[in-house]
Amino acid sequence: MMRFILPLVVFLVLAAFLFVGLRLDPHEVPSPLIDKPAPAFNLPQLHNPGKNFSPEEMKGKVWLLNAWSSWCVSCKEEHPVLMDLAQQNIVPIYGLDYKDKREDALMQLARGGDPYVLSVMDREGRTGIDYGVYGVPETYVIDKQGIIRYKQIGLVTPQNLREIILPLVAELQKK
Amino acid sequence: MKKLLILIFCLLPTFSHAGEAKDMAADPVLEKRMIGLAENLRCLVCQNESLASSHAELAEDLRREVREQMAQGKNDQEIMDYLVARYGDFVLYKPPVKSYTVLLWFGPFALLLVGAGVLVFQLRKRRKTVQETVLTPEAQQRAASLLNEEDNK
Repeated sequence: MMRFILPLVVFLVLAAFLFVGLRLDPHEVPSPLIDKPAPAFNLPQLHNPGKNFSPEEMKGKVWLLNAWSSWCVSCKEEHPVLMDLAQQNIVPIYGLDYKDKREDALMQLARGGDPYVLSVMDREGRTGIDYGVYGVPETYVIDKQGIIRYKQIGLVTPQNLREIILPLVAELQKK
Repeated sequence: MKKLLILIFCLLPTFSHAGEAKDMAADPVLEKRMIGLAENLRCLVCQNESLASSHAELAEDLRREVREQMAQGKNDQEIMDYLVARYGDFVLYKPPVKSYTVLLWFGPFALLLVGAGVLVFQLRKRRKTVQETVLTPEAQQRAASLLNEEDNK
């Protein structure tokens, strides 16, 4: 009897590991920046290049930083979700226009609507590197003290908004 | 017409060439050092490629960053720390030994030990169950003759 049980147990354990492995996404690299201060930057604004924006100005507020680009296809998919969120006035969304041409970015927002309070231009992607961006869209939840509390890799969807991002925002806003 | 097409297709490979040296630094020594370091770093976009060989835009940007920091006189460890701070241990092809990588580093050896232990255990058990049989002289002779027969065939 033991002869059959042991291989069966080994098989089941192996199968369980493989099954869990199937559901992991290797493209989701955990960010080491969680619970660390949001990296500083001082970048020109997309609509108003004469003026800069720095995360320093956001101290005392919970906000979202969304890395996007006009050349990014998934950003177009994410866009209506952000538009919807912006209309609800729950949390301000700021855009990090990552490695983009200004004209293209402006055209994109003119066409599809602008969910951002403002966007900044990260022309060479250096701020993106500081934030550990490796593929747009990525979204950071930053708390009142300027600490990154969550990073959404890939699309913000109604589901992860409802299950993760908005509850976290509400909790952080209470603090 | 057909021949011409064949000729064109044969010539095609000569038009394609790898763009490896697309963004060379002015200083070849520094470039070599950068490539040496980048070979041990993972490209975040195409995860099974090193930072040295990847053509992803992010990889190009990161190579630029590494090159600039080298030019500023930073050593390899400082540059690796810079990247790990942003992208995590995942950028290193050789993960550091930490509390949560112990299983990764020593798990295989532990499995090997377990396997060896099971083998020794099984062999001992076998020795207990399989008694050594002592042959009578007649049986030994018969065995020898049988074996000889086998040899003579």
